[in-house]
Amino acid sequence: MWIVYKTIVIKEILRFSRIWVQTIFPSIITTLLYLLIFGGLMGERIGLMQGVNYVHFIIPGVILMTVITNSYTNTMFALFLAKFNHSIEEILVSPAPYWIVLLGYISSGVARGFVVGMGVYLTASFFMDFEIYSVSITLVIFLLTAVLFSLAGFINAVFAKSFSDVYVVPNFVLMPMTYLGGMFYSVEILPEFWQSVSLLNPIYYMIDSFRLGFLGVSDADLTTSLSMLLTTIAILFVVSLYLLKKGFNIKN
Amino acid sequence: MKALTIKTLTKVYANNFHALKGINLSVEEGDFFALLGSNGAGKTTAIGIICGLLNKTAGDIWVLGLNHSTQTNDVKRLIGLMPQEFNFDMFDCITEILNNQAGYYGISRSKAKIQTKILLKKMHLWDKRNDAAGSLSGGMKRRLMLARALVHQPKILILDEPTAGADVEIRRFIWAYLKELNQLGMTIILTTHYLEEAESLCRNIAILNAGKVVEQTSMKKLLAKVSHQILILETTSILPETIQQMQFECTRLDDYTLQVALGQNINITDMLRALSQQGISIKHVRNAQNRLETLFINLTS
Ligand SMILES: Nc1ncnc2c1ncn2[C@@H]1O[C@H](COP(=O)(O)OP(=O)(O)OP(=O)(O)O)[C@@H](O)[C@H]1O
Ligand SMILES: [Mg+2]
Repeated sequence: MWIVYKTIVIKEILRFSRIWVQTIFPSIITTLLYLLIFGGLMGERIGLMQGVNYVHFIIPGVILMTVITNSYTNTMFALFLAKFNHSIEEILVSPAPYWIVLLGYISSGVARGFVVGMGVYLTASFFMDFEIYSVSITLVIFLLTAVLFSLAGFINAVFAKSFSDVYVVPNFVLMPMTYLGGMFYSVEILPEFWQSVSLLNPIYYMIDSFRLGFLGVSDADLTTSLSMLLTTIAILFVVSLYLLKKGFNIKN
Repeated sequence: MKALTIKTLTKVYANNFHALKGINLSVEEGDFFALLGSNGAGKTTAIGIICGLLNKTAGDIWVLGLNHSTQTNDVKRLIGLMPQEFNFDMFDCITEILNNQAGYYGISRSKAKIQTKILLKKMHLWDKRNDAAGSLSGGMKRRLMLARALVHQPKILILDEPTAGADVEIRRFIWAYLKELNQLGMTIILTTHYLEEAESLCRNIAILNAGKVVEQTSMKKLLAKVSHQILILETTSILPETIQQMQFECTRLDDYTLQVALGQNINITDMLRALSQQGISIKHVRNAQNRLETLFINLTS
């Protein structure tokens, strides 16, 4: 069991390491741009947000966005490519239990989120001083977010039949949800109607709690965020496992 | 014991295409079995279901006494598959592919490495061990797939067109290796379009046509069914315009060529004697058609 899990995780980690230029650099460059624009150029004018320096305020959101996109795209491509070149058959002919296979894919997504998220964090801390308010909250929120989006990427790959299907969700769903999820602002500054709309966006809770871990400031309640994350993970896990067992779009 | 028993296996694809229409098959343990059939007959579909790559629509399968639906993982451990199409990640290196495959079966890395080395040497791929799968030639990729099917030491080896696109040398090599494995007790099931391959390797066969089994028998019985043999004869001198009727059917194709059909009641010596009595002497004899091919065409059309 452990061997099967290890095999999948190592294989997938090697896969994204082989293309590390594509996986790590874009996120680092984005971070540098954010630091330059919001830190150097506009930060002064915006002033404080929730009592925090603006550039500090956005960094947790930038890191979490990196984690979200990397975890998501990692599992999505891992499974999509395995379907595309049929190497998924190597696993399907073997007695590897499906839940182990799923855990393997999730773990590699989490690993990718961690590596790139860490890269962004280190880049940011190179240019400014950071003192993490609570390492444990930060890590827990990171982990849950990475697991959640690895699962979501997995489900996306199950349904994807062509390369264009692979880009729809990241660009038309994830990006807007992250940008509108309070990455750049506290929802306090929004009109009341948009505040309540934001509360329906799950990414809002993740960014908010992640910021709590980092800076000690937040809008929402940590328990609400945690239970929301855990419930979503549980649902997505069951759905993924079901799809994998049925061989949806794979064994028909 | 039966290595494989299939009962009324049916497959309807998502587009409502009926690829298998209730097939029945059984393969003895230790057998060397050929599944023949023209393109689109349903061979790969049947194999896909047996190996867990496709869901069946209906029917039952037993593998060495285990129920395919309820003891799926135990069944998978018993089977090794060499698929028809290349299905590895072309960027992975060869040793990784074999070690990982062993890993999926729960075999520890240290044991896997030993097995990988033995198989790669056997397949003459050891020199290429650090190359990416994508950089191999077609014949090498086939040997890699054969090695991969064997990493977990299965009891039953299923090969879907193992020698498609392989040159004569590699084909002979694969044949010899399969014979060796079979002699060591492994049950081997293969599909092929080369009837010569089935004839020289397999003891029993089934013929699949348009999703139905049209014949399951032994190779011997099948060959015995081939009632006559068509021969083309070249003569040393110009043939007379008309040829007398003899015990066998004889047609004049051109001035120097005759076609004869020999039934089982007459042998070649008698045929040649009968012709020389008419003053016809023969320079060269050849088979008009592979006998098995003729039979195959009769059965599937
Ligand atoms: N995924 C699929 N969806 C719909 N139809 C399919 C699918 N895969 C195969 N078929 C159809 O099922 C039939 C049987 O295909 P299969 O691959 O089993 O044939 P085969 O006997 O292996 O042929 P070949 O000798 O060419 O490999 C074909 O008509 C094929 O078009
Ligand atoms: Mg086929």
